[in-house]
Amino acid sequence: MGQEFYLTGYFYAAVFLAVGAVVVLGGLIASLLLAPRGHKTREKLRAYESGEEPVGTAWVQFPVRFYIFALLFVVFDVEAIFLFAWATRFGQLGVVGLVEMAIFILVLVAGLVYAWRKGVLKWT
Amino acid sequence: MSDPLVTLVFYGIAAVTIVAAIGVVSLRNIYRAALCLVLTFLGVAGVYILLNADFVAVMQVLIYAGAVTTMLLFAIMLTRSPGSPRSNAANRQSGLALFAVLVLVVLLVLALGTAVWPQTAPVAAQSSVDVLAKQLFTTYALPFEIASVLLLAAMVGAIILARED
Repeated sequence: MGQEFYLTGYFYAAVFLAVGAVVVLGGLIASLLLAPRGHKTREKLRAYESGEEPVGTAWVQFPVRFYIFALLFVVFDVEAIFLFAWATRFGQLGVVGLVEMAIFILVLVAGLVYAWRKGVLKWT
Repeated sequence: MSDPLVTLVFYGIAAVTIVAAIGVVSLRNIYRAALCLVLTFLGVAGVYILLNADFVAVMQVLIYAGAVTTMLLFAIMLTRSPGSPRSNAANRQSGLALFAVLVLVVLLVLALGTAVWPQTAPVAAQSSVDVLAKQLFTTYALPFEIASVLLLAAMVGAIILARED
C-alpha cells in the first residue's frame, strides 16, 4: 500500500514532466512548420540583442571573480539540503541536534565572514 | 520492483541516462556535453526515486543537477575559448579506457554475484528523510561536522584563487 502510494505521487511528477516536454517540443515544431522558409542572410543569422549591434561573439572568457559566487552558491546549496534533513526531525533531535547544526553553520559563517572581510563580495 | 509498469519506467529512465552519458563523452562541444551531464544526473535521480530513496533523489537534483552543473558551466565560461566546437577534445586512449572498463565490469560482476541479497523487502515504515536525518545527526555526527570544514576549505580556496590583487 505504502509503496503504491509513494509511486503514485511520482506519477503526477511524470505528467508534469511530459507536459513540459510537449510545450517545449510543440513550440519548436510549430515554429518549424509555420515559419516562412526564406534564404538565410547574414542579418537573419545574427544574434538578437534588442536592436543593438552585437559586438564580438557570445563566447568570451568571463572574469575569474564569478568563480567565488559560483562556489558560494554550491556551498550554501549543500548547507540548505543539510538544513532540510535536520528540520524534518527537529523535534526528535532536540538540543543535541541544535548544537550540531549550530556548529555546522558557524563554521560556514566563518567562511562568509572571511569573504566579507577580504572584500570579495563587493562588486567593483 | 515486481510491478511490470515500474520495471518499464526503470528501463525508460535507464535508457535516457545511458544515452545522455554517451552524449557527455562523445559530444565535441563541451557546453553541450555539460547539458547532457544534467540529463544524466536527472536520470540517476529517477533511479533513486524508484529505489524509494526520495530524499537522495532530491539531493541529486539540487546538488548535482543544480549546483555542480552550475559550477561546471562557470568553469567552462572562465576558460579561454569555451565556444570552440572541438572544446571537448578527444584523445587516443580508447584502448586504455576499454581495459579500465573491462576491469570494472569484471569486478562489478564478481561483487554482485557473490553478494547476499535480502529476500524480503524492507518495511518502509518511515520516509527515507527520517531515517537519513536520524543517522546523520547521531551515528554520523562527526563526518557531518567535518563536511562543514571541507566546505569552508573550498570557500577559502576559491577566495584566495580568484582575488584580483
